[in-house]
Amino acid sequence: MLVSVGMSSDVSGAMDEPLRDRGGRASRTGRARAVEAVVKAAIAGSGWIAIVILTAIAAFLAVNAWPALSSSAAGGWKMLTGSLWYPTASPPEFGFLPYIVSTLRVTGVALAIAVPVGIAAAVFISEFAGRRFKEFSKSVIEFMAAVPSVVYGLMGVYVVGPAIKDLFHLPSALTALSAGVVLSFMALPTIISISEDAMHAVPNDLRMGSLALGNTRWQTAYKVIVPAAGSGIFASVMLGMGRAIGETMVVLMVAGGTMDLTWSLTASARPLTAVIASEMGEVVQGGLHYSALFVIGLTLFVITFAANLAADLVLERQRKRWRR
Amino acid sequence: MTRARARARTRGARIVETVMKIVTGAAAASVMLSAFALLGYLLYRGLPSISWSFLTSMPRDGGIFPAIVGTFWLTVGTAVFALPIGIAAAIYLSEYAPRGARTRLIRLSIANMAGVPSIVYGLFGLAVFVMFFGFKISMLSGALTLACLTLPVIITATEEALRQVPQDLRQASLALGATRWRTIYKVVLPAAAPGIVTGSILGLSRAAGETAPVLFTAVFFSAPLPSSPFDKVMALPYHIYIMATQPNRPQPAIVWGSALVLVAGVTVINIVAAAWRSRARRKVTW
Amino acid sequence: MRNALTLGVIGAMALGTLGLVGCGSSTTGTTTGSSTSGALTVAGSDTMVNMAQAWADTYTKDNPGVSIAVKGGGSGTGIAALINGTVDFADASREMKPEEIAQAQAKGIKPVATKVARDGVAIVVNPANKVENLTLDQLGKIYLGTITNWKDVGGADAPITLVSRDPSSGTYEFMTSKALKGGKFAGSAKLLGSTQAVVDEVKADPNAIGYIGVGYESSAVKVIGVDGIKASTATVKDESYPLWRFLNMYSNGEPTGVAKAYVDWILSPAGQKVVTDQGFVTLN
Repeated sequence: MLVSVGMSSDVSGAMDEPLRDRGGRASRTGRARAVEAVVKAAIAGSGWIAIVILTAIAAFLAVNAWPALSSSAAGGWKMLTGSLWYPTASPPEFGFLPYIVSTLRVTGVALAIAVPVGIAAAVFISEFAGRRFKEFSKSVIEFMAAVPSVVYGLMGVYVVGPAIKDLFHLPSALTALSAGVVLSFMALPTIISISEDAMHAVPNDLRMGSLALGNTRWQTAYKVIVPAAGSGIFASVMLGMGRAIGETMVVLMVAGGTMDLTWSLTASARPLTAVIASEMGEVVQGGLHYSALFVIGLTLFVITFAANLAADLVLERQRKRWRR
Repeated sequence: MTRARARARTRGARIVETVMKIVTGAAAASVMLSAFALLGYLLYRGLPSISWSFLTSMPRDGGIFPAIVGTFWLTVGTAVFALPIGIAAAIYLSEYAPRGARTRLIRLSIANMAGVPSIVYGLFGLAVFVMFFGFKISMLSGALTLACLTLPVIITATEEALRQVPQDLRQASLALGATRWRTIYKVVLPAAAPGIVTGSILGLSRAAGETAPVLFTAVFFSAPLPSSPFDKVMALPYHIYIMATQPNRPQPAIVWGSALVLVAGVTVINIVAAAWRSRARRKVTW
Repeated sequence: MRNALTLGVIGAMALGTLGLVGCGSSTTGTTTGSSTSGALTVAGSDTMVNMAQAWADTYTKDNPGVSIAVKGGGSGTGIAALINGTVDFADASREMKPEEIAQAQAKGIKPVATKVARDGVAIVVNPANKVENLTLDQLGKIYLGTITNWKDVGGADAPITLVSRDPSSGTYEFMTSKALKGGKFAGSAKLLGSTQAVVDEVKADPNAIGYIGVGYESSAVKVIGVDGIKASTATVKDESYPLWRFLNMYSNGEPTGVAKAYVDWILSPAGQKVVTDQGFVTLN
């Protein structure tokens, strides 16, 4: 559409003006055209720099992960399925399956709390709450989302962890459970705000129609609104999960760091992000340990990229559905 | 159905509704309450440490000044690198790029980069800026790494803001004979400015609070005040982490004081951005 | 509005360019200037980091022309940084491994160790634990995962919770070679990032066992003996405590200039006083 309108500016007579006047100097239109061309090139260039950078990240991860993936000491399959991670031993071992399980454990706890609480809260804010509470809750949720992860880590070490330890009579405060609970606080803002947006986007006619047919607000909410907003809610959970998977400081400080392959929630855990953060400093550039950490980074990249992609595609479909 | 049965069904539904109102309300309330509890606890433990000397003296004298300075410069550096490139990229994608599957793919990829864990950006920054480019551990490496982290956020926010500008404005400007760049520069950008600025500020405030990307690219446990981009810096988030885990004589006062300063700083920036956005939005009418 | 935005963007870019162009790069890896002015970078052992900080603070107070940046991260981090050429000194609570020395030489770095202090790795348990002593052999078996219950070493009938440092720690590597005799830590061992975290965990869990540098001893945890000897200044200095070790500062080649002045000061009575203040043991 813009293209055709752009052409119409020519139709308005600008084309008739000479690009150079009799003295040879560029005319106003000519100048404008030149500026336009230069600026367009600069902007396109910058745009492409951004895209190049982001592609470079993926490429760099892959390139640096390759030595470990292809080596005999490590090897892709062995790394993903091995359960012994002794990078500084001789010979070193690079199996990081326990860390994948750790990530799953911690994320599982986080989502188990954040999904029901988050969706319920979103339903309340969207369907039952008055305008003032809606705005108030929006600010509170933005605050929660803005708190840096290291501060959540502090709360985990000094408040949440010990509380859970006392509550469940556990020997330690540093467990997958404690880390998961703190992570749920970080996933909640995402889930609540995006779910609430999705419910808000459902046209009011549907609400009114349902109420007119005699449904209560609650019946409207769970029979009509939530299903209609379903894909948006799903996307919010995907994005919240991505946040939980990708979080570093909290799990570094609160999860306890054991290599054991276990599904127990009351045992400590060492999620993938924590492994990178705690060992990243001691790797020599180009070594096998260095490359192994990039394999973990690549794994994280792929998982979170896929989760976000799924969420995005679903969100776009939902947006198209309600566009009028 | 008999009237009695209908009445009973309505009563049942009303009871269920009341119950569910309470349940979902409790969920919402517990989230709000925990946010307040967090803020309250931070204030309770951190406020006693806050004083002018705490904010302006060196760690040797019990202050956090270099950490504040470091965070400030890291954020400025991030803005310098991420804003021009990010806004330009968004303009390109929104105004110039041909509509189609390829552009959509690029846009999708950029949005998804925002979800990549910050530690992965840290790994990338270590490999590329610290080692490959040879910037060593420095403010420059840290700012570049944070800029990569913030780029997708700024691009997405700017694109969103540009998308909100109605097509009529663009078409009117072009119909009056303006070139496309002139249209963007004089019409579209000013209209989208509030959204762009707000999105950028929010992205930068997130960068200010990040620890993982700077862990091995910029920060040191203790460093002198930076005099050049190639110097090491201290940073508030890292300082909090270190003070909480390293000292052999725990220093909770510094830990919680720094945490409060960081959260207060980030919150104030976000409030300013949000207030600015709503004020600007009120002024713009179409 | 639009002008402000443009100005802002241009201003930021200009500032950035000026900043990059107008300043020279600080030097790491080389020490310039006379011995009373320059910049040093020290990174590595978390065991040593507080002492390194204290050294830096004291030295720079008397020598304001010198600026010293200090960082922890574990001995492995410091050594890797030395090999990567990003620090002047690597604090190490262990010695460099042959592979590391080979890696260094392949990159043209010649690691030279300067012993700066002595340390003992104290074994700590929860104050409620009745155990008073372990043999080195028992200690090894506990951390290898072969002995799993306190009753097997004279304590209560309870499972042993293993608390350890993470693999970047020199203390971790030291325990691997001295106590585990090159074996591997059991998978259930909690790999914590700092000595403080170890102390906190042992303090909280009645069945925990951990290891810390002797400078970190506190009343929160109970130190037990190894082979009948408790870690103390005396037993570390006369090397009778089985888990004694030197604390080192590695540099690329012999220290020169500012670096040499700094190291000489550390080895002097003034520097060694800081060692004692921090709870570690002086060289002599």
